[in-house]
Amino acid sequence: MLSQLRPALVLLVALTALTGLAYPLAITGLAGTIFPAQAAGSLIARDGRVVGSRLIGQSFTSERYFQGRPSATSAADPADAAKTVPAPYNAANSAGSNLGPTSAALAERVRTDRDARAAENPGVPVPVDLVTASGSGLDPDISPEAALFQVPRVAKARNIAQNTLRDLVTAHVAGRDFGLLGEPRVNVLALNLALDDLARR
Amino acid sequence: MTLNGWFQIALFCAVVVALAKPLGGYMTRVFAGERTVLSPVLAPVERGLYRAAGIDAAQEQHWLAYALSMLAFHGLGFLALYGLLRLQTALPLNPDGQGAVAPDLAFNTAVSFVTNTNWQSYGGETTLSYLAQMLGLTHQNFLSAATGIALAVALVRGFSRASARTVGSFWVDLTRTTLYVLLPLCVVYALFLVSQGVPQTLGAAVEATTLEGARQTLAVGPVASQVAIKMLGTNGGGFFNANAAHPFENPTALSNFVQMVSIFALGAAMTNVFGRMVGDERQGWAILAAMGVLFLAGTAVLYWAEGAGSPVLDALGLTGGNMEGKEVRFGILASALFAAVTTAASCGAVNAMHDSFTALGGMIPLINMELGEIIVGGVGAGLYGILVFVIVTIFVAGLMVGRTPEYLGKKIEGREVKMAMLAILCLPLMMLGFTALATVVAAGLAGPANAGPHGFSEILYAFTSAAANNGSAFGGLSANTTFYNTTLGLGMLFGRFFVIVPALAIAGSLAAKKTLPASAGTLPTHGGLFVGLLVGVILIVGGLTFFPALALGPIVEHLAGGLGQTYPAGG
Repeated sequence: MLSQLRPALVLLVALTALTGLAYPLAITGLAGTIFPAQAAGSLIARDGRVVGSRLIGQSFTSERYFQGRPSATSAADPADAAKTVPAPYNAANSAGSNLGPTSAALAERVRTDRDARAAENPGVPVPVDLVTASGSGLDPDISPEAALFQVPRVAKARNIAQNTLRDLVTAHVAGRDFGLLGEPRVNVLALNLALDDLARR
Repeated sequence: MTLNGWFQIALFCAVVVALAKPLGGYMTRVFAGERTVLSPVLAPVERGLYRAAGIDAAQEQHWLAYALSMLAFHGLGFLALYGLLRLQTALPLNPDGQGAVAPDLAFNTAVSFVTNTNWQSYGGETTLSYLAQMLGLTHQNFLSAATGIALAVALVRGFSRASARTVGSFWVDLTRTTLYVLLPLCVVYALFLVSQGVPQTLGAAVEATTLEGARQTLAVGPVASQVAIKMLGTNGGGFFNANAAHPFENPTALSNFVQMVSIFALGAAMTNVFGRMVGDERQGWAILAAMGVLFLAGTAVLYWAEGAGSPVLDALGLTGGNMEGKEVRFGILASALFAAVTTAASCGAVNAMHDSFTALGGMIPLINMELGEIIVGGVGAGLYGILVFVIVTIFVAGLMVGRTPEYLGKKIEGREVKMAMLAILCLPLMMLGFTALATVVAAGLAGPANAGPHGFSEILYAFTSAAANNGSAFGGLSANTTFYNTTLGLGMLFGRFFVIVPALAIAGSLAAKKTLPASAGTLPTHGGLFVGLLVGVILIVGGLTFFPALALGPIVEHLAGGLGQTYPAGG
């Protein structure tokens, strides 16, 4: 057994240095040089302030904005650190709801959300992604249907013609990668930034 | 289910199969110690490592010495990682000030990474420093994967050699796999991931002010370098809590596709390595075909179940499939396919929350793991796992016709079959034994977040995932408790090493045998008949072992859900 110790120890230290330090640090250096924006987290700045990341969803509750999907993320309770409180789109603690298919809590939550959505745009079927929590709790996207579904509400809140908004949504639909992979989607933050720009003009 | 969905599945399979042959050819050269394109750069590094470690690259080991080297290496690796996690506060590269990891969590995490499981009791962005992520986790991702490959190669040498005492050198196999296979692929792969949007920075979390004026803390870090190896090495431990569902780990449908391919790439190529080393590539394709049959069957059910939606959503008139726990950019198909791939392959990375899958959709990942992750499987681990089943199949076939079973010219005798059964029986013992324990003690019953049969499924999934060294979870289970950290840690240890050691014993015993010429009575092992037999044996062994447990969990949940039954938490 003793004869195994030297190779074990030396290889462990050397390969640790190689794969645990040299490799990630080299990638950090290369990535920062070749793809600096992506390496830093695809951040979006407005007027010199970071307003978010292109890839990370954020919480929109105002009528005036397109809203993302329900988020099940939480944060430590300020009153009691041992407990957690709901904190949608907490990008420092990603999580899904983990509610199972026969969970009564899931049924209740989806029913409440569906009823609220249905009231906002009566007669139109509610897109399923608008009432289901994403896996990460940070989904930056909604389906094109979910964006179009919200047009009447946003149009009313902002006093903009629905057609103008529909065109804006359509312009923000990203198709499948190579027309094949994944699903069509709309980035909510990008759409809302464009919405604010529209208002400014 | 859509045409586009099936097309994505077909494209995925085509890419994996197309990569198997070139990767297999390259890896075979690496394991044989031959020169490769990378030798001019890497050979000096390799020689330097051997000199420093006092290794004679030409000296091979008996299977027992091979096993001891592997155990010594992992023993030290475990201690180093445990220490690193406990002491991360006192060490550099901790910009977000993460505290020391608790002893039971550090034990669980260290075991988890050493065994190539990467069960996440820890929440990456809330628990670990950048140093712990890089030096501890990234590095163990490499070494546990390289070990799996080394062990598979040792077992294959058992088949390909005749009257030999040795099965190769663990140190050489480990070093060459890391240097020539994993590291170069990861460099290219990590840079691709960054191009898609995966962060790679040593800066602290970013504070953003959202459009509505709220503060949002964006956790970042050296993510890409870890995600590359966690996929390629079928480790699966996420940089972030939400793993590959997190947009920073898996930003686009393209990155998702490449990640799925990378989970299967080396495992599938190992079947080709096997074929080449035993001198008949058809033997490798036959094994890959058996894996393919099982994979496609599971994927079809999973895709159908998720696409059909859940009773809760149906009752509210919501169509478009079960999107709870899934990301819009992946949708139903890419989430279902990823789940099938990650559990078939012992990876355990998840791009959707398996806990929120439909009852039948969640059962497929469970079955994939319960079969022992031999559907492509973990890098190396999948190959030695399925070869164990091959031995049992050959034995059963031999019994049917009353001949001494032989495979690739080697007589399969009592010793090999006993060792194979030991390896096969270890997994259900861990999976079902610990599940049974957890359902009768209070500390175990405190874990599930969901009530009713789904709560049972959460427990069963946890121990299945641990013993199979997968690492994915029904995430609702509160597993970061002393009870679960300890029992899951033990499950992972036994599930890994009680398969490895018998597999190595088989390698040693086979290597020592003479190779017999094929005769008219030899069962051909490269055709459809053998593939069918192998699939049959796998399904019968798995079915007999696990059907009762599945009936108590997903199956009863499916039936109850169909009747509109829901279960309130705590009920």
